Amino acid sequence: MTRAQKRLLPDEPKASSPSRWQRIKKARWAYTFISPFYFLFAIFGLYPMVLSLYLSFTRWKGVGPMEFAGLINFGLIPKDKVFWQSMANGVILFFLYVPIMLFLALALAVILNSGRVKGFRFFRTLIFLPFITNMVAAGFAFRILLEKQNGLFNVLLKYAGLATIPWLENVWWARISLSLLILWAWLGYNMVIMLAGLQTIPRDLTEAAQVDGASPVQAFFHITVPLMRPVILFCMITSTIGSFGLFAEVSTLTGGGPVNATITPLIRIYNLAFRSYQFGYASALAYTFFALIFILTIIQFRLNQERE
Amino acid sequence: MSRLSRKILTDIVLYAGLILISIFMILPFVWMLSTSFKLPRDIFGFPPRLIPENSTLNNYTYIFQEKNLLRILFNTIIIALASTLLSLFFTTLGGYGFAKFEFPGKKILFALLLATMIIPGAVMMVPSFVIMRELGWVDKFWALIVPGAASAFGIFFFRQYISTINNELMDAARIDGASEFGIFWRIILPIIAPGMISLGLIFFMGSWNNYLGPLIYLKSPENWTITLAINSMSGGAGLTRWGEQMAMSVISLIPLLIIFLIFQRRFAEGITAGAVKG
Repeated sequence: MTRAQKRLLPDEPKASSPSRWQRIKKARWAYTFISPFYFLFAIFGLYPMVLSLYLSFTRWKGVGPMEFAGLINFGLIPKDKVFWQSMANGVILFFLYVPIMLFLALALAVILNSGRVKGFRFFRTLIFLPFITNMVAAGFAFRILLEKQNGLFNVLLKYAGLATIPWLENVWWARISLSLLILWAWLGYNMVIMLAGLQTIPRDLTEAAQVDGASPVQAFFHITVPLMRPVILFCMITSTIGSFGLFAEVSTLTGGGPVNATITPLIRIYNLAFRSYQFGYASALAYTFFALIFILTIIQFRLNQERE
Repeated sequence: MSRLSRKILTDIVLYAGLILISIFMILPFVWMLSTSFKLPRDIFGFPPRLIPENSTLNNYTYIFQEKNLLRILFNTIIIALASTLLSLFFTTLGGYGFAKFEFPGKKILFALLLATMIIPGAVMMVPSFVIMRELGWVDKFWALIVPGAASAFGIFFFRQYISTINNELMDAARIDGASEFGIFWRIILPIIAPGMISLGLIFFMGSWNNYLGPLIYLKSPENWTITLAINSMSGGAGLTRWGEQMAMSVISLIPLLIIFLIFQRRFAEGITAGAVKG
């Protein structure tokens, strides 16, 4: 609620005379129509959140008695090396794939939008296909391609006379492999969003710049990119939240390893809750994770505003 | 360099780049398909072959006979269809309520709805499971159908969509004595059918490809969805049935692929609606 709205509050009792009641009665259909959301949110959203907050102050194995634990769970979080590793992994992954993915998505969108390439629809469909694929199938397919001995990627490297790569066995290569999978899966989605964004930019602008002697590359960086900033920001924020919330991709491709190099916060929380049954601690960690992501999103917004 | 040769050169670079990216995009699908027809000893054989030397249908018969493929497909389809239809009903209804009515508390209720969109699923994982257990919904399809049935994003989408409809149509129907629900059902829904296809596709795809939800709630193998079935064929070192797993993966892709190729334009609409307008 904004400050202006708050100032209006004292006046409300006056409005709640019969006329207000009548307005509510008259709108009973509207309330009925929107009510399913609030019912479902109360049961499957609000109640779980409150319960989770309560659980985070308890020690509970999921069955049996709940033991009140005060702040013990939250006290354990700073020492939870795996969790902080998973947060760090989220940041590392972000830098490994987000800049290159957004650049490629925008560049592809501009190229396909320019009408210069024949077969526009064909390329768009192909690049978008991975988006409709479930990540369990994709993760395992990548594992076959990236197999150490005779996986296709390594065999191609051998044919090219290069050294083979321990794609899934080495800490950094595992992260790069995961980035490859994510890039594969999400490039088309981001490209389609960028394409829609480009349609809102008047075409004359870039054309005028090129008539004035700017090269297509200059027009791209000086006109298209600044105008597309809101769309790029949207893609960036969804990718940030995405890279901390990876689950199927990681559990199928790397299983979080080697030595937790690719574990994500979501997998950490899942393992704590459903493998070691530490419901209380998992809840405390989930809340901490939510707070951290929230702060991160706000920082991204702020940084973007400052640049403008 | 002359203008023409420069243009040809850029074109070559552009097409080469596009073709390279396209190959990267298509390769996992091709390899999936190829692996699904290979014998176990050929899967990691040297040299890797696109078209297997001894192709076999064993992998497909295995998932059909041993992995209860038809049951798995039935489960996945039932869950995806039910959640799509229920979601479409609740979100169009909610969108209509917000688009075409004025009522006390509307602003606050809508702000609350938007605010719920920032809550990540991770926070809800543990307590949702506890609640489903209390409701007796663990290992039941309801657990995957009901909670997301009135998605905030969907209501937001349809509010935008419905607010462009002219009020005169509704007013005329009211004068003719139509009920409020009748107006929604007979006048609004037919008009927004294209939008319902767009968002219905997104709902269907989300449910079909869901992994974490089924993993938490569906315990017994006869209730599994296809993503769980694919995952169930992996094991520790040397225990994964790669061929069978890829056969199951191929089958998991076919329905979405067909739907996507038919409704490509609607699909893109559903995806971009939230991003560019919002």
